[in-house]
Amino acid sequence: MSQRKRVAAVGSQTKHFRRSQQVVLDEDDGDMSLTQPTSSQVQKARENFTPVQVDRKVAEVVQFILIKDQKKIPIRRADIAKHVIKEYKALYQDIMKRADRTFEQVFGLKLVEIDSKNHIYILVNKLQPVPGEPISMCPGNPKTGLLFVILSIIFMKGGTVKENVVWNTLKKLRVDVGEKHEDFGDVKKVIIDEFVRQKYLEYVRIPHTDPLEFEFRWGQRAEKEVSKMKVLEFIGELHNQEPQSWTQQYREATSVETSQR
Amino acid sequence: MSRPMGDSHKRFLQTLMSNGIVSSLQAKALHRHCCETHGAHYSPDRLDEFIDVINAQLQPMFMHIRKGMSEEDGLQYYALVNMAETDVTRMSSDYADNELELFRKTMDLIVDSENGTASSTDILNCADSLKSKKMKKKETEHVLNKFVQDKWLNEKQGEYTLSTRCIIEMEQYMRMIYQDLIKMCFVCHNVAFQSQICENTTCGIKMHLPCVARYFKGRSDPHCPSCNDFWTHEIPEIQQAQSQGSQSQSSSAVPAPNPTPSTSSTRRSRRS
Repeated sequence: MSQRKRVAAVGSQTKHFRRSQQVVLDEDDGDMSLTQPTSSQVQKARENFTPVQVDRKVAEVVQFILIKDQKKIPIRRADIAKHVIKEYKALYQDIMKRADRTFEQVFGLKLVEIDSKNHIYILVNKLQPVPGEPISMCPGNPKTGLLFVILSIIFMKGGTVKENVVWNTLKKLRVDVGEKHEDFGDVKKVIIDEFVRQKYLEYVRIPHTDPLEFEFRWGQRAEKEVSKMKVLEFIGELHNQEPQSWTQQYREATSVETSQR
Repeated sequence: MSRPMGDSHKRFLQTLMSNGIVSSLQAKALHRHCCETHGAHYSPDRLDEFIDVINAQLQPMFMHIRKGMSEEDGLQYYALVNMAETDVTRMSSDYADNELELFRKTMDLIVDSENGTASSTDILNCADSLKSKKMKKKETEHVLNKFVQDKWLNEKQGEYTLSTRCIIEMEQYMRMIYQDLIKMCFVCHNVAFQSQICENTTCGIKMHLPCVARYFKGRSDPHCPSCNDFWTHEIPEIQQAQSQGSQSQSSSAVPAPNPTPSTSSTRRSRRS
C-alpha cells in the first residue's frame, strides 16, 4: 500500500516530537553547545536562513511546547535545542523570543523559567479563571478539584504541611489514599507522582525524622498559575466567612496579587 | 493587516484547544461568554468573523479552526486543526505505533464499507495481523475505548464510525490516501462516510443521513437527485431541528448554567 510510505514520510517530520515526548527529561546534556553565540555568528546565521525558514522554526517550537504542555511536562531548554532548533542554534534567542511573543499574543499563555540553573520552562495561563463557563476550560479532569483542595490545605496551614495532615483531611472528604478511588484511581500516586512531576506540588522529606516523614508545599507551577485569593475565597465560602477573617493568609494573598499584576 | 487578538479570542482558543471539538451551539455560548468576560464587543451573528481573527494569527503556526458537519446529527462543529500534519501522526504523541496502525486499519475498514462503519469483530480480526506489534483482544478493546474517549471514533452497538473531529482534522489526508474511494455527499459536497448510496450502480451517489432526511422531507416518493431512480432506502427523520432552535434561543437569552463544580472552575488549569 502506498499509504504506508506517505505516512512514514510525513511521520519523519514530526518524529522528534514523539521521541522527545517519551524521554521526559533525557539525561545527556545538549545544553553545553548552547553557550552564547558571538554576534558575528548570529549575524551569519541570520543571513544563512531565509525568513520563511525561521518562521517555520518558530512554529515548530510553539507546537513542540504546546504538545509537551498538554501533559504538563516541564520543558528543558536542552530538549528544545536538540529536537527542534537543531542547526538554527545560533538563532536560539531570536526564535525563543518570537515563540514567547506568540504564546502571549495568540494563546494567552506565558513561558516561565522555573529552574534557571537547568533552564526548565513551563507554560502558565495568563487568563484568570471565571465561573460560569458554558464549556469548561479543563474538561473531564476531576483531578483538578482534588489538587485545588490539597493546595487549599497547604495554604491555610501556612505553606507547609506534613503528609499525614493531607491524608487525614482527604479522608474526611471521603477520599482514602489507602483505597482505589473511582475517579482518581491510586490517589496517593496521583498526588505524589503526577502533581509533583507537573510542578503543582513539592513533596520533600523532613530532615532527621525516624521513621521517614514527608511534607507538602506548593510547587512552582501552582505559585504561577493558582491565585491564592481564589483559594481564600473558596475557603471563605465553605466556612461562610469573609476572606479577610484569615488575616495572615489574606495579607499574603493580596501581596502576591499586587506584585503579579 | 490582521487584527490583533483580544483576551476574549485567547480564552475562546484555549477552551477549544482543551476540548478538541465544540458544537456550534457551544461555540456560540462560548463566544458570548468570552466577550462578556473581557468586556469585548459582542455581536451574536459575528461568530465566524470572531474566529477569522483567531485564524489569521494561527496561520503562521500552521493551525486553523475549521468548521465541519457531524454525520450523525447534521449539526455544525468547530475543531482546531493542525495543518502541518493532517494525517494520523497528528495522534502520534498520544499513541504507540501499533495503536496507530490499528487506527489506520479501522479507517481502511470504514472507507471500504458502504455505510461508513466498521464492526468491532472486523477490527479485532485486524489486530491479529498488525505488522508493528500484535494486540490481544482485551488490549484492542482498551485501545478502541481510548479512541472513542479521545473523540477520534464513535461507537454504537459494536459498530465504529469516524467522529466529527476525526473527519474535520483528517479530511485532506484521507482524500489524498484513499482518493476515489472517498465519495462526496451529493447534497452538501463534503466527504461522506455514514450515508446512503444510490442503488443504481451506474449512479451510486452518496448522501449523508441528515442530508437525506432534509432533502426528502415531506416527499412520499423519493427519487435520486442525480439519476432520478427510485430511492430505495428508508428515509431517516430529521432529528435536530427542534432542539437546535429552542436551545440556541435559550443560550442567547440567559447565561448558560455552570456545569462544573466550583472547585474545578476556580482552578486555573487549561488542559487535562
